[in-house]
Amino acid sequence: MTAVLSLRGLTRTYISSPDLVERIANLAGAGYHETRVRAVDGVSFDLSEGEVLGLVGESGCGKSTLGRMVAGVETPSAGTLAWDGTALADMTPQQRRDWELQVQMIFQDPFASLNPRMRVERIVGEAAVIHGLIRRAERRDYVADLLTKVGLNPDVLSRYPHQFSGGQRQRIGIARALALQPRLIVCDEAISALDVSIQAQVLNLFHDLRQEFGFAYLFISHDLGAVEHIADRVAIMYLGRLVEIGTADEVFDNPRHPYTRALLAEAPRLDRRAQSFSPITGEIPSPLNPPPGCTFHPRCPLATQACRMTVPELHTGRDGRSTACLLEHHPQRATA
Amino acid sequence: MTDPVLSVRGLRTEFATRAGTVVAVDSVSFDVAAGEVLGVVGESGSGKTITGFSILGLIDRPGRITAGEVLLNGTDLRKLPESQMQRLRGDRIAMIFQDPMMTLNPVLRIDTQMVETICAHRDVSTARAREMAAEALGLVGIPSPVERLRNYPHEMSGGMRQRVVIAMALMLEPDLIIADEPTTALDVTIQSQILSEVQRLLAQRRTALIWITHDLTVVAGLAHRVAVMYAGHIVETGAVDDLLDTPAHPYTQGLISSIPSAVPRGERLVPISGMTPSLINLPAGCAFAPRCPQADARCQAERPWQKELTRGHALRCFHPLVQGAAS
Repeated sequence: MTAVLSLRGLTRTYISSPDLVERIANLAGAGYHETRVRAVDGVSFDLSEGEVLGLVGESGCGKSTLGRMVAGVETPSAGTLAWDGTALADMTPQQRRDWELQVQMIFQDPFASLNPRMRVERIVGEAAVIHGLIRRAERRDYVADLLTKVGLNPDVLSRYPHQFSGGQRQRIGIARALALQPRLIVCDEAISALDVSIQAQVLNLFHDLRQEFGFAYLFISHDLGAVEHIADRVAIMYLGRLVEIGTADEVFDNPRHPYTRALLAEAPRLDRRAQSFSPITGEIPSPLNPPPGCTFHPRCPLATQACRMTVPELHTGRDGRSTACLLEHHPQRATA
Repeated sequence: MTDPVLSVRGLRTEFATRAGTVVAVDSVSFDVAAGEVLGVVGESGSGKTITGFSILGLIDRPGRITAGEVLLNGTDLRKLPESQMQRLRGDRIAMIFQDPMMTLNPVLRIDTQMVETICAHRDVSTARAREMAAEALGLVGIPSPVERLRNYPHEMSGGMRQRVVIAMALMLEPDLIIADEPTTALDVTIQSQILSEVQRLLAQRRTALIWITHDLTVVAGLAHRVAVMYAGHIVETGAVDDLLDTPAHPYTQGLISSIPSAVPRGERLVPISGMTPSLINLPAGCAFAPRCPQADARCQAERPWQKELTRGHALRCFHPLVQGAAS
């Protein structure tokens, strides 16, 4: 399988400069300086044609920023992003446009992501007309066809978003993504806002569309159950960095990184009754002031002296498993 | 079994709207005993939050409780005057909301808010109230509680705020806590920290807890008994193992098979078709009938009443998926 998307050391830094008051205070020697937040820090992975990669992490870990960079909504600060083997920097304008159209995004909030003053026909069909995929005269039939594919009645073409329920709106959002005939769909918490029974309907829709069109998905979620269900491979993120990546079977059945283990051990499941919750302590540190060494060490039950000093790189071991943990790859160094 | 702390009988709450009367809660009955956790599960609009509000007497116009009894240790709360209810709230019954900022005042420090609550219900000095507040914060696992008391809510993370709210709920050692989706907005690791604190404290104090949620998996790990709500009715109730292992109502079964981890990886889920009905135009018969694979003519015409399948496992359905000993 060829990699359709390939990320190498992708980084996004947000810089906040001192504001006017702080600059004036600086003249008096206050010493305010700019603050830098690395929302995404050196992320590398490949995504093959038709593959579903689940991206899991807690709030503030940078998973949405990563998704937005993949979809071209956000520009990387460092590192390379290559689409179809061409790096972003080397793309011709035509290639860049193709990339932007071939990656589509579905957002979390089905209420905020649809223009309330447009009718469904325009919401779904507008971009396809503008980019010349269809002629304006064909829009009605084109959109009707897409609505059928996502399980909506084509009669709703001339309705406005407020006339739909949350689940139906999410389907409209999916139809809008499909309208540009994408190869990769970035789903950013696309089912989190929906009711349980509707979540299952939308997950099935993703499943069926994948069978029919062979899309790749970058499925961003904090819901381990949904990711386990839909993903071929899973990447776990913590404070801007990938801590583990592997096939769904590997990661869910035999997690390696202490953070992944903790996440899986604590996820409530239907078959866990009278569970005694024994959580890892602490909270995700502020990305403004990340801890030195391995960023997980303050919460890690296994942390050693080495973890406080050395930043572990994502390393692929002899058994093909990739983790960013010192204990995993250099047990002797960690115990030293 | 000892007498239940809370006993709700035939509760009905209506809202008068321009489009017609909405019955948000209808014929709801349940008991919660000391030290027991009752999970109330349902989708949005099922009436689970309004049930919680009705118990606390927090239904405002155009809403109205039109029938039923809410017995707390044998006293019918619906017959109490508002002044007595006010004394009861926060003292004997506490509520925890999904969004901690619904409880916390953003412009007051944590200590101001906690001390005010204590002094409203207990005849203690401010200094003693501060001590009680610090103790309560320590109890829910907040490090350096004395310093934390001086914080404003915005200086705390979401998980911390929810702990403060839980501390405020537990502070006066109520008989009953109603928690409405308190961990839904939190991350997995933080949710699990809070669930573990709640479990520990409840076991120590034998507080009764109603945990309202849409998440069956949390209920599986936390609750002793479960009530599943749909369109204002409790459609099935039973011990957590009975209800999750042998669900008898097609809706409960549907909820369970909608959970991704319940089916093997990569297979299609078996969701419930259709969507939750509008409460304004509920069908004459069973509200779930239009989405139910079992439904027949009788379900369309007649509303099922509650019957007991086995001891403690009851449901409203003409065609239960499992047959009980008693019928």
